[in-house]
Amino acid sequence: MQFMLLFSRQGKLRLQKWYVPLSDKERKKISRDLVQTILARKPKMCSFLEWRDLKIVYKRYASLYFCCAVEDQDNELITLEIIHRYVELLDKYFGSVCELDIIFNFEKAYFILDEFLLGGEAQETSKKNVLKAIEQADLLQEVCGLCPR
Amino acid sequence: MSDVVEKTLSALPSLLSLDSQAGAGKLSPSSKLGNLIKGITELTSKHEEEKLIKKELESIKEQVASPNTTMRQMKEIMVRAIYCEMLGYQASFSYIHAIKLAQQGSVLEKRVGYLAVSLFLNETDEFLLLLVNTVLKDLQSTNLIEVCMALTVVSQMFPKDMIPAILPVVEEKLTHPKEIIRRKAVLALYKFYLIAPNQVQHIHSKFRKALCDKDPGVMTASLHIYLQLIKENPESYKDLTGSMVTILRQVVGGKLPLDFNYHSVPAPWLQIQLLRILAYLGKEDQGTSEMMYDVLEESLRRAEMNHNITYAILFECVKTIYTVHPKSQLLEKAAECIGNFVLSPKINLKYLGLKALTYVVQQDANLALPHQMTIIECLDHSDVIIKRETLELLFRITNAQNVTVIVEKMLEFLRLTCDDYSTIDLVGKVAELAEKYAPDNVWFIQTMNSVFSLGGDVMQPDIPNNFLRLLAEGVDNVEDRQLRLFAVDSYVSLLQGVTAKLPQRFLQVISWVLGEYSYLREEESDPGSVMRLLARLLDQRHTSTETRSWVLGAMTKLCSSPVSVALARDVCERYSGSLNTVLRQKAQELMILSQDTKLRARVLPAEGRLESLEVDSSLSFLDGYVSEALAAGAAPYKSPHQRQEDLVQEKALSLEPYGLSLPVSLSSCSITDRLTDRRSPTLLSMSSGLSGNSTELSHQEGSTTLKLEGVKRVWGKDGYLAQQQSAGETPTPLVELPNPLLSPQSPPSQTQKPSSGLEPDQEKRQLASSLFVGLGSHNSVCLMGRAETAPRHFRRKPRGESSSGASEGSSNSSHSSRSAAVDNLLLSNLLDSTTVASEGGAATTTTPQQTSQRTLDHTTSNGNPHVEGTEQRVEAGGPLSLIRGNGMVAVVPPTHTQTDPQTQQDLHPAPALERPRDLPLASHLPAELSGLARSEFTPLCSDQDSSLALSACRVYKEDALVLLVFISNNNDSALHQMVLQLTCKELEISCISGSPLKEVKGHSVSVCLHTVVMKRASVQVELAGLLSYQRPLGQPQAAQFSLSLSLKHFLRPLTVSTGDYGKMWLSFSHDLKQNLRLVTTEHQEPLTATLDALKGKLHLHVVDIIGSEGIVACRLLQGPGQGQPCLLHCRVNADSLAVWLRSPVPELPDSLLYHCQKALTET
Repeated sequence: MQFMLLFSRQGKLRLQKWYVPLSDKERKKISRDLVQTILARKPKMCSFLEWRDLKIVYKRYASLYFCCAVEDQDNELITLEIIHRYVELLDKYFGSVCELDIIFNFEKAYFILDEFLLGGEAQETSKKNVLKAIEQADLLQEVCGLCPR
Repeated sequence: MSDVVEKTLSALPSLLSLDSQAGAGKLSPSSKLGNLIKGITELTSKHEEEKLIKKELESIKEQVASPNTTMRQMKEIMVRAIYCEMLGYQASFSYIHAIKLAQQGSVLEKRVGYLAVSLFLNETDEFLLLLVNTVLKDLQSTNLIEVCMALTVVSQMFPKDMIPAILPVVEEKLTHPKEIIRRKAVLALYKFYLIAPNQVQHIHSKFRKALCDKDPGVMTASLHIYLQLIKENPESYKDLTGSMVTILRQVVGGKLPLDFNYHSVPAPWLQIQLLRILAYLGKEDQGTSEMMYDVLEESLRRAEMNHNITYAILFECVKTIYTVHPKSQLLEKAAECIGNFVLSPKINLKYLGLKALTYVVQQDANLALPHQMTIIECLDHSDVIIKRETLELLFRITNAQNVTVIVEKMLEFLRLTCDDYSTIDLVGKVAELAEKYAPDNVWFIQTMNSVFSLGGDVMQPDIPNNFLRLLAEGVDNVEDRQLRLFAVDSYVSLLQGVTAKLPQRFLQVISWVLGEYSYLREEESDPGSVMRLLARLLDQRHTSTETRSWVLGAMTKLCSSPVSVALARDVCERYSGSLNTVLRQKAQELMILSQDTKLRARVLPAEGRLESLEVDSSLSFLDGYVSEALAAGAAPYKSPHQRQEDLVQEKALSLEPYGLSLPVSLSSCSITDRLTDRRSPTLLSMSSGLSGNSTELSHQEGSTTLKLEGVKRVWGKDGYLAQQQSAGETPTPLVELPNPLLSPQSPPSQTQKPSSGLEPDQEKRQLASSLFVGLGSHNSVCLMGRAETAPRHFRRKPRGESSSGASEGSSNSSHSSRSAAVDNLLLSNLLDSTTVASEGGAATTTTPQQTSQRTLDHTTSNGNPHVEGTEQRVEAGGPLSLIRGNGMVAVVPPTHTQTDPQTQQDLHPAPALERPRDLPLASHLPAELSGLARSEFTPLCSDQDSSLALSACRVYKEDALVLLVFISNNNDSALHQMVLQLTCKELEISCISGSPLKEVKGHSVSVCLHTVVMKRASVQVELAGLLSYQRPLGQPQAAQFSLSLSLKHFLRPLTVSTGDYGKMWLSFSHDLKQNLRLVTTEHQEPLTATLDALKGKLHLHVVDIIGSEGIVACRLLQGPGQGQPCLLHCRVNADSLAVWLRSPVPELPDSLLYHCQKALTET
């Protein structure tokens, strides 16, 4: 996977994760282009998109669009399921996730993503294991928060 | 220790964990971030947002700079900075603080610090170097969470050069008791493998261990590495097939823990990964494929549930089945599967069905037949992506009979699309189809007109180039004349219309064609008409300067009649004062040539044959001018390449005293290499596919300007090309042209197979029959659609590597093809000076064989080459590069061959005799090579009855690797039409056979000689070869083979003095350190023994050994007389050898180190 973007129906970026080295300017251009293209598509249309030499896989959950860029030989359907699994993870973690959760706790959303995908590849596909890893780290935070240093 | 932490954690009350989770979900509106976000949502305009964020960033800046800010506050600030960046505002001042936070914060702050780093920076950022120590510290921490965080950040980004610093620690983690750590370590190594494959070469055995890990997560992670490894080199991993099949069988059989199920499908990600690996393993390998048939079938059978995830697995399964060696039973099932996809009402599945069809019709075009109606419907689908994929599918099934309909559909799509990327892609495809299958001239020209108007200025430049070459190259029969005439007519009528909308590239094509071929229509119209049209074009405002110069060039060729001359004079007056120098020059040329008919006839002969052009290749007519200029104190000529090099050298701070002349160039290449090294694949790559043979200038300008290819390429980097060309020419099979009147109408009965239940209207039926004509049982010969044997009306004559030509941009390219030859020679002659220069300025050219002969003489006369002075050696290493491009200085010091004792031994003919197996072939070694060190003879391939056998042998010449291919014909009949082609993108291969190889008599052996040098250092490269030949009364046949060449074949000793070594050491920028094994023998010091072993195996030169340190030097062959040096500094440390490598090129130390490791382990 080359990158993942989350944006709202209004075109506001909520999360961005880049797995290939790109300059700031390129990143901005790509996300602007993609947000525009995807928002212009009708709901019944294909979830896949050819864009430059990449394949874009996107899906809308409520007011949020999740969008991944993969290479042409990659499997589009499984990418769609990666998105779905990520949403499931968020849902489980936040407890019935909504856009606001992700807006206000975006760093948490990033932590979950990092436990699930690493360097653009699925790292751990077991839901239980991902959440366990996150819980442990969170727990440590609480412990540190309790005892003054 | 880490266990202790773990236990503490798990012992904490679960209540706490629940709290933390619940708390995590809810926002705290009182926080500063909460306020910021709220503030933004309340705003109404972008402008207000900008103002607010600016204010926020100011305050963040103030706070991070304050010494009183605690790490805890810093964490909160960093989150806000991330938020601002996400909104698109630059917060670069906070990057350094993110690193500081990761460094100094407690665990919870560190986590945010690492996150900010991974979001802000990318792996090319220099800031990352500051993180290395932190990462190292955290990797060694006893706290599991810290280790996890460090591994997470490392797997996302890490500076390539610093990998050795943390590699041992990461490696250690592979045996960590916690699976999460092992898993992350494997992924970190995967990342390292992607960015610097050679550095993890030595831990491949540990990857195998990871593959056998008891935790499925770790095993899954290791498959990422294996997928990559197997993709690059399937041959080396065939032994894993059994394991992969077993794993897949277990997964499919539901043997994994239920945690890994996804919507009750067992580990789908793992399944897909395994299927992909199997596809690579089984490709073109029957034996391996047979091992996996069962499990593939089982996968197909099990994936029946109606859910997206099962479709994902099915899709991958189908792809694998069609990639591996075919088994009809499986193919049938897979085809059925594809059918389900295509017919599915779900649009995503339909798309994938089309994609799968596109993939499989390459093997069997008939598979598209049952889906004709669906395909037709998809052609008019409202979603562009479906349409696009359908066209892709049609492109694959195009043949001479359906080409017109398919091209029409593609052009239709092109007219509507506004996406540059698909325009470039489709335009190229239309041009390809048109060239291959055009039924007649009229259609071809009209299609190309559409291509040029639609492709405009974004299309690949080789489309117009190929088109013009095709026009120019034709044999001068009636048909070619007609084609040209038709082109001219069509362009004249285009120019008579509105030209404002025509792209510049198209106008340039038009001008060139009109300039060249207008004479064909001259008799029937008034002579000035074309000239007037061109003049009108010239005056239009939207015409670019470049196009204008093409137009002027065309006018120069046309001004024969009095009317035209008057017009030309008019034009000249206007443009001879132009501010643009190119235009001004063109105008001057036009002026002079239009007035001097005789000169014009000589320079631009209207009926001139391209082939008959004779050129003074030595540019002797300029000698007087040059010597005069030199006498008057002018600087000798330097090639642009050399000038650029000088410039680079001047720009760099030189701390060294002058006077050192390196045998190599610290060329700018290394810099650009670095920049382009890891370019993102998403960048629009617009550079044209210029051939490797093209000249410097064409590299610089080729991508934007048109090239004219009227001229047979006579000169290349390696001298006169005539021999190579004739050797590179493949026999063009005689093909019958399809009768254009008959072809589009073939019996419709076979093609009408509409799927059941559909009642398509007449129009669609008709479309279907015209689209799918040619596919079907009666036509099984051209089922492949794009098979090479398909009739090609407009196939270009094979020309080998001759695509580069006069590409000096508009300044000369708009000349007629004939005059362009002069420029072409100007260019290539510079590159050829090496050959001319080697014989003391004499006018004779030296063939490489002669050079090597001389080299040999020197070797034999030099009793002990090692006594030679160093200065001389340095010179001898690079005489050609000193002379290169100079053109005037023609005296070259004779090349002294320097061989180390090891090779020296091989030089004696005796060892060759000791290898009786080699004997028959050894006698065929060319005399001038027989004395040089060489490898054994490797058999490459032979046909079934061993009537033809190929073997290879490498001869290590001082300035190149000579690859000899022996073709032994063991049959009575002779071989004819032999053509041997060697290809490898990492190598520069040039043929030096004395005479072009055409045939081999019965029971005899023929030898092909090629010099090979590496373009770029790499550990090992695969060379692919293809020999095509024909037996009398037989079909043309071909034999394929491959040969791997390793870096060590291209290494030569570099003899320098200790002093020079020191100077070079300081000037090289790429270095690498590593500990190597020491070799121990009884009678030698370990250091000496190790260095001797390296010297023997890798042809290195041991410069000096002082105490426990030794310095070693070598160079990598790269082009004639050039070489890239690599210096090694070795020091004995306890029982290992610390080696420090330095070189001006980034890849060399990496690859050399690999070979050193290998050489020492073998000892």
